Amino acid sequence: MAVFPRRRLAAVALAAATALLVTAGCGGGDEADGDGPVTLTVDVFGQFGYEQLYQEYMAAHPDVKIVERGTGTNLDEFSPKLTQWLAAGRGAGDVVAIEEGLMVEYKANPGNFVNLLDHGAADLKGNFLEWKWNAGLTADGKQLIGLGTDVGGIAICYRKDLFAKAGLPTERDAVSKLWPTWQDYIATGERFVAAKTGASFLDAATNTFNTILLQTAGNTTGYSYYDTNGNLVVDSNPAVRQAWDTTMDIVDSGLSGKYGSWSEEWVSAFKQSKFATIACPAWMTGVIEGNAGPAANGKWDIARVPGNGGNWGGSHLAVPKQSKHQAEAIELVKFLTSAKGQIGAFKAKGPLPSSPQALDDAAITGATNAYFSGAPVGTIFGTGAKSLKPVYMGPKNQAVRTEVENAVRTVELGQRNPEQGWTDAVTNAKKAAAK
Amino acid sequence: MTVQLDARPPVAPAPGDHRRSSGRLSRLDTRYSPYLYIAPFFLLFAVFGIYPLVYTFWVSLHDWDLLGTDHPFVGAENYTRLLADGDFWHAVVNTLGIFVISTVPQLLAALWLANLLNRGLRARTGWRMAVLVPNVTSTAAVAIVFGVLFGREFGMVNWLLDLVGVDAIEWKSDRVASWVAISAMVDWRWTGYNALILLAAMQAIPRDLYEAAAIDGANRVRQFWSVTVPLLKPTLIFCVIIATIGGLQLFTEPRLFHSGTNPIRGGPLRESQTVTMYMFENAFAPHYNFGYGSAVAWLLFALIAIVAAVNVLVLRRLGGKPDARKGTAR
Repeated sequence: MAVFPRRRLAAVALAAATALLVTAGCGGGDEADGDGPVTLTVDVFGQFGYEQLYQEYMAAHPDVKIVERGTGTNLDEFSPKLTQWLAAGRGAGDVVAIEEGLMVEYKANPGNFVNLLDHGAADLKGNFLEWKWNAGLTADGKQLIGLGTDVGGIAICYRKDLFAKAGLPTERDAVSKLWPTWQDYIATGERFVAAKTGASFLDAATNTFNTILLQTAGNTTGYSYYDTNGNLVVDSNPAVRQAWDTTMDIVDSGLSGKYGSWSEEWVSAFKQSKFATIACPAWMTGVIEGNAGPAANGKWDIARVPGNGGNWGGSHLAVPKQSKHQAEAIELVKFLTSAKGQIGAFKAKGPLPSSPQALDDAAITGATNAYFSGAPVGTIFGTGAKSLKPVYMGPKNQAVRTEVENAVRTVELGQRNPEQGWTDAVTNAKKAAAK
Repeated sequence: MTVQLDARPPVAPAPGDHRRSSGRLSRLDTRYSPYLYIAPFFLLFAVFGIYPLVYTFWVSLHDWDLLGTDHPFVGAENYTRLLADGDFWHAVVNTLGIFVISTVPQLLAALWLANLLNRGLRARTGWRMAVLVPNVTSTAAVAIVFGVLFGREFGMVNWLLDLVGVDAIEWKSDRVASWVAISAMVDWRWTGYNALILLAAMQAIPRDLYEAAAIDGANRVRQFWSVTVPLLKPTLIFCVIIATIGGLQLFTEPRLFHSGTNPIRGGPLRESQTVTMYMFENAFAPHYNFGYGSAVAWLLFALIAIVAAVNVLVLRRLGGKPDARKGTAR
């Protein structure tokens, strides 16, 4: 009787000892390679267009291997993950992308990032548009969190075939002349709707709202939901109200297809040619091509935006303090954000450079996009880029924007009338800002 | 042979010393090794169950910005704010609504399915396996497919409704419609699972009870309600508690049902935002308020405990009557 349990005990002990040995062995193996090649992880979202640049960089630096994560994910998936990695102190890549709307939140806790000014970044200031450089600086100007990648610019992308069907001009200069102002854009939309093509004039009122807001804010106050002191001004900034009212006109005229932006339906609507125009920052061209697919090749074109210029989107690259290869990561950031790196990214996926040198380069000024009927994207987006007026984004910009755009959506879907929607927008924005 | 075996002399006694030590070892063994055998579960539970529970409570007492370095202690403030938070109660109502709409038909359907499977069917094992298939498909895949089926403009459900002349339903931005759509997803996944559990319980019911009932003149329906259902009571309680825990923590289905920007809201007016989604919205994007999110988690815990208790009481009551009747009849 006693034999069995003893044997079992011995077996358990043996198994435990083996497990310990194995774990110890594994633990030791990882630390051994101090001088071997360094693997740098780059975390991005959407389309940054870096593949070619990585190849080039790895060829020039045989001791560096680059792994990218996150291409194609949308910002709503990416930003919480990045925040969790930063909070947990591990998990983030050696280089991470930070979108402009979230920059202020990350800047509030600069300790999470390497100060690029300590690593010779100050010399690079001339390589960036001034406001883009400043956006990467903390409020006291002592720490540079990120170097700029792209700016958004803004235009209107439109379907030539649907315009033709509705009896509207299709040539891009003629289309641009249709809408010097947003009211003209709405009037054009009404003509389009009256022609009953089976498609809507635009994709979703929220996208147009954000465009009008950023444009109006850029041209007037210089800030949107927060003033430059960080006070929530959603109900007192005339730019917000003006953008709201114009958007309500758009909704009233029945121009919107109500495809919630970035949803499955939105993507389907691209594929099935269900709307004719979309607010189009430079980076959106890559998104449209991806969503509409090869079937729509040559059917899209790009016209100027109603009103006067504007910027939507654009990012920075930063190096988290938790990175174990900070020196190598900083070198990579400098390379990717150099004029050369920005031109490479533009050629691959269309994000507009934030470097004045790159913007003046023939590779940009002469660039056309075959998918968009050979539209001269370099000049369409590039011309306005240097005179862009930045819009300040406050500490809880993303949360507040979510609330206001949701209010736009409830009106668009007919769940709220414009006045109720505005009340919702203001109360919910205040609530979100207080959280 | 057998005689010889039986008559075999006892095993030669081992030398005293050895025997005593092996005896002590075996006593130690019988006394403590059961604890050793069950220890893995409790160790894992302590690490992944109790520790997070306690830590979450600790966090919920602080103003805890996920990225911040300072976490000032605020006592019960997160809880008092939460109790006055309309969006939280809205999420509670959504969760309970989806729970009721999904669980009641689900258990009734499972009972009916189990009853069918309990009869003499051809290829019985095949049918029994088949009802479990939805349960082994990935929730994420199910949610995405259903999300597309219930699309407003390109969804198949609205297309079918259109064929029979019903106007398109806003499955994602109408409160009750979105509850129904999400319940359909939950039921699709869990009905078969519950049916199998109920089936196992049904097979444990002694045949002679049915025979006795038949002799007393009870037809099939009467047998089902007066014999099968009362004897399934403990299993039904189990199913209801499991469904309560799962239903009140519903996350993947409603989260993936919505796509686009901030799907965590569950629709523009939070039509189908469940409590777990509200917790996630506060603890992570876009608010990153870990303390507030933790308070939501603890209130959810309390809510599940209350609902589970109510369920058990109600079921006891329901099941109690037939038991009593049977007692007096005897």
